[in-house]
Amino acid sequence: MPFSSENSREWVERRQLTRTDPCYPRRVTTAIEVSKIRAVRHSGLVRVTHWLTLVSFVALLVTGAEIVISHPRFYWGEVGNVNTHPLFTLPIPASRDTVPTGYPYVMPDQNGWSRYLHFQSAWVLVFTALVYGIAGVVSGHFRRNLVPERRDWTWRAYWTRIARYLRREPPDRSEMRSYNLLQRTAYLTVVFILFPLMIWTGLAMSPSFTSAVPAAAALLGGRQSARTLHFFLSWLLLLFLVVHVTMIALSGFGSRMRAMITGYNGDPPEDPEEERL
Amino acid sequence: MNPISRRKLITMGLAATAGASGLIEANRLARRYGLVPPDSGGFFGPGETLTYACQRLLTARTPAREFPRSMISKNPFANEVAPPKEEFKRLQAGGFRDWRLVVDGTVARPTSFSLADLKSLPIHSQITEVACEEGWSYIAEWIGTPLSGVLRETGVLPQSRYIVYYSIEKGLWESIDMADAMHPYTLLTMGMNDGDLPVPFGGPLRLRVPRQLGYKSLKYVTRITATDDIKKFGKGLGSVDPEYGYAWYAGI
Ligand code: HEM
Repeated sequence: MPFSSENSREWVERRQLTRTDPCYPRRVTTAIEVSKIRAVRHSGLVRVTHWLTLVSFVALLVTGAEIVISHPRFYWGEVGNVNTHPLFTLPIPASRDTVPTGYPYVMPDQNGWSRYLHFQSAWVLVFTALVYGIAGVVSGHFRRNLVPERRDWTWRAYWTRIARYLRREPPDRSEMRSYNLLQRTAYLTVVFILFPLMIWTGLAMSPSFTSAVPAAAALLGGRQSARTLHFFLSWLLLLFLVVHVTMIALSGFGSRMRAMITGYNGDPPEDPEEERL
Repeated sequence: MNPISRRKLITMGLAATAGASGLIEANRLARRYGLVPPDSGGFFGPGETLTYACQRLLTARTPAREFPRSMISKNPFANEVAPPKEEFKRLQAGGFRDWRLVVDGTVARPTSFSLADLKSLPIHSQITEVACEEGWSYIAEWIGTPLSGVLRETGVLPQSRYIVYYSIEKGLWESIDMADAMHPYTLLTMGMNDGDLPVPFGGPLRLRVPRQLGYKSLKYVTRITATDDIKKFGKGLGSVDPEYGYAWYAGI
């Protein structure tokens, strides 16, 4: 079940040892060895970057919501303000009395610290993503664990896996080692599509960044389009988060969390030797 | 269970030492090259410093985004301003003929300009967007004279590091670094869309800083002070914004 190649190498060595010496007593495996054999589901890097992502993502979500309250109207194109037609309006009170919301009261203004924290968390997320991204390519983690296996590149494979979810079948052996097809697809979408788009639409709202790269805003249809897309993307990420945590709860919150915290699979196979054969 | 080997310990120790001294050195260099904003203290300091340093390295000289005339907003939104004080009403009644812009601080020739003086300097116009920190925006044509010309006129001294500017509204003041102050798009604005700058939009005199959010484009400017030490102003955070919890650098 090892995710990291180091572990599989060690494992092969052990196997060879067992084979070349038939008298090697299998039961003499020490505690440390057992824990190494049932070994790593998530590498240390994935675990650390995952939890850093969670912290910064939650901070971004909360402060993002806080910032939206100051102007809960959305537009398409380059410009938009209370004198222009909105694309849509959120049915919530605003933290500015200049925005017509239909509510007789104004929420407290929390934009100052929200903006400071939003950008600081964005930095944490970007650095985390850089480390995760570079390590994922170099170590082969993306290739091995996130890109679906070649034979799974069919709709059929998706239907098969969805059907198994619907029948509430337990994960099969291969899923002890790595993610299943649907997990891979969800993670790839989040890591390589949603987060990059989130960063792009965010930067497209920076008046200084767009002075250097005007296309960042222009390609999206303008500053207000970027803001609207940024808003929708945060909903998609929130949707992912809800499904993600639900699936983890359904598949055994304790063992999945233990694996994502300690790295080791919660439930070791009865006989580690057999598992590999 | 997992004894850390001595080699691992030494490597980790070396990495930590290298990391710490790297940070100290980076901080020293950043200060030397003016990459640290005045509000770099406190919990949000690291994020602000990263943003400001990156923007200074990336965008010190980039032009602001400009738009075609057809994109000028038909109904721009002026935002709220405090009701005018007696002094403002008096100046307005006189057609702003007595409006003065005082330029002082680290300049060779402190000068007081009337609007007519400013209008006799080279006049530029730009079609740029005002983007408010709240999320809304509009595009207008802005007409005026670049701040850089006024600073050269008054002989701004080489030790100047920030330009502080004040509104006639007591307690409202801002500052920008020299990269923004000398930027050709930083405009002492007196006209908007082919007319005089209307009072709700900051008339008679607004400093447009189009590469930052709207709140840096201070309305009703009466005084500009060049300085080599921003800590001497207000609470030393660079402008009144951080005193209210908002970032000093609003280029994001
Ligand atoms: C309470 C919140 C969260 C919990 C409890 C949680 C838990 C987990 C667990 C247990 C795994 C491993 C799944 C498995 O082994 O089958 C995982 C993987 C993953 N999670 Fe989360 N997660 C949370 C929030 C997030 C957020 C906010 C994101 C990003 C928006 C995220 C993105 C991912 C990704 C991309 C992976 C795959 C990592 C890889 O192997 O490269 N998670 N999460």
